[in-house]
Amino acid sequence: MSTETEPGTRQATPAAARTTVATHDAPSFWASVWLVASREIAARLRSKAFLISTGILFVIAIGSVVAGGLLSANPSSTSVAVVGSASSVVGESAGLTAVPADDLAAAEALVRDGTVEAAVVPNGDSLLGVTVIALDSPPMDVVNALSVAPEVQLLDPASQGGFLVYLVALGFGLVFFMSALTFGSTIAQSVVEEKQTRVVEILMTTIPVRALLAGKVVGNSIMAFGQIVAIAVLVAIGMAVTGQRVLLADLGPAIIWFAVFFAFGFVMLASLYAATASMVSRQEDVGTATSPVAYLVMIPYFAVIFFNDNPLVLGIMSYVPFSAPVGMPVRIFLGSAEWWEPLLSLAILLVSTVGVILLGSRIYRNSLLRMGGRVTFKQALRG
Amino acid sequence: MLEISGINKHYGAHQVLTNVGFSVDDGRMTGFVGANGAGKTTTMRIILGVLSADSGQVLLDGAPLTAGDRRRFGYMPEERGLYPKMKVGEQLVYLARLHGLTPAAAKRNTNDLLERLGLGERAGDMVESLSLGNQQRAQIAAALVHDPEFLVLDEPFSGLDPIAVEVVLTVLKEHAAAGAPVLFSSHQLDLVERLCDDLVIIAAGEIRANGTREKLRDQFSTPRFEIHAEADAGWIRGVDGITVIDFDGGEAVFEADSDAASQAVLREALTRGAVHSFGHLRPSLATIFKEVVQ
Repeated sequence: MSTETEPGTRQATPAAARTTVATHDAPSFWASVWLVASREIAARLRSKAFLISTGILFVIAIGSVVAGGLLSANPSSTSVAVVGSASSVVGESAGLTAVPADDLAAAEALVRDGTVEAAVVPNGDSLLGVTVIALDSPPMDVVNALSVAPEVQLLDPASQGGFLVYLVALGFGLVFFMSALTFGSTIAQSVVEEKQTRVVEILMTTIPVRALLAGKVVGNSIMAFGQIVAIAVLVAIGMAVTGQRVLLADLGPAIIWFAVFFAFGFVMLASLYAATASMVSRQEDVGTATSPVAYLVMIPYFAVIFFNDNPLVLGIMSYVPFSAPVGMPVRIFLGSAEWWEPLLSLAILLVSTVGVILLGSRIYRNSLLRMGGRVTFKQALRG
Repeated sequence: MLEISGINKHYGAHQVLTNVGFSVDDGRMTGFVGANGAGKTTTMRIILGVLSADSGQVLLDGAPLTAGDRRRFGYMPEERGLYPKMKVGEQLVYLARLHGLTPAAAKRNTNDLLERLGLGERAGDMVESLSLGNQQRAQIAAALVHDPEFLVLDEPFSGLDPIAVEVVLTVLKEHAAAGAPVLFSSHQLDLVERLCDDLVIIAAGEIRANGTREKLRDQFSTPRFEIHAEADAGWIRGVDGITVIDFDGGEAVFEADSDAASQAVLREALTRGAVHSFGHLRPSLATIFKEVVQ
């Protein structure tokens, strides 16, 4: 400070020389990304809506495993009343519990009051030597248990039963669908929040736009992936505890591949969500703007439910980047994928993810400062 | 010194900036004045690199401004905004850290600044729970939290109560006194007039006038004088080279053909009695602005 200049004249003369020495270094690109990502994660962890929905998802995951365990651990045994010599016929059949009855009338009474599902009584005229008595409809489980089935020889046996395949496909589809939609719309809202509150202009002058986008995608992907891994671990532990180790051994590789595919697939979807959301300026418009991406998430979900028994559709799904995270794990579970197929599909997914990120960051950069009406794709791409 | 030269910018068929050029000197408060839509915000966004110009450049000490240089800017956008659901203190620390401050330095700056702006007790409050005036103070803190070497503030005083205006003024003057070039836009012409060393007036995307405040006032002043004397001033009408504009008892406003004529009036007045005041009437910024913008 110069002491010779008078206070009144100091304003008119150039004041003290500016200090040009930077007091701090610019954070590196990845340091900026990580700062943005940490803020996203902290904001999510602080949101009650997020914690509650995660809790519900975990409960559903554990609940379905436990329910599955109970169902498979106790194959229901059907009680049947038996009269006389019929007890020897019933006694040899699995899944039936014989309740001895004194005579035909007593057996019928047991059927009528619901104590047993059916009664098996001797009948010398029939081929099997017994007659099955039931209340209002033929008791198929009892009939099946007592029937003689011809020997069946399968030329190309399926490794998994149809209903189980359906459940597994539904599980992968549902988890992918829920997580992608939840975190996708979260990232979309967070992009529009920054745009709507105009804080984005300060952020843009501070760090590169690409770092901002990358930080948001990374932060939300970590949360989504964390949720998926937590669900996978819960399911695995649940299966081990409830004694479903056989199923776990079959399902394990599929779950691991699912997690890997999900990690990259979600990054791609998150970039698309961020890009499409950046084209509007108000929270009310987020839904409309991101709906094309939401369809990309929903199509694999419905496709896998309707076509999990169609090898052609599953084959296509397992290579299309948007549906591969669901399609490929289902095929791995079915045992219909060669060892190199997941790797090839993953490579396709990686390349498309990089492409989508480049495209997305272009749209994002060009749309961020356009307030008011919706930015068209043409404007967003041309800049 | 920050130098803006030959900036052109158009949106579609609409030319928003035409050959805009001016400079912001070290340690000077430069006021940027213009009507709504004149191009102030666009110019500031181009300086900060959020928008790119069609042509022209922004120079810092003669060299094109880089992204690294811009990091040392403190920017307050016209459209205010902070994360509504984030605590004031955390938010400032976050912004400081994005600028590369260590966690400790970020925290220290945040606390100092909030204290100075009278927001010390609100550090733990969500931004959305603050009053508008306090949100505005938080916004100013956001522009200053990383010890910027340059300040570019778009309408920093709009929405501030008179006390807050004084607080912010003090902070800005400190920065200028420490050598920082400070560029700010404002609609409050009286405030700009009081505060600025230099002025830039923009209208319809063109710089209409710029220079030091005194230079502009001289440039736009008419040879008009005001006298306040003891005796009745009616005699002034008779002086050669003088046109009286307004006259009431001992007070008169007149235009003089030459400096000699005006001085002659003063001498004559002194012989007739006490003269309380005599001065060259210089236009207020509002007058200059009106004249320049038309």
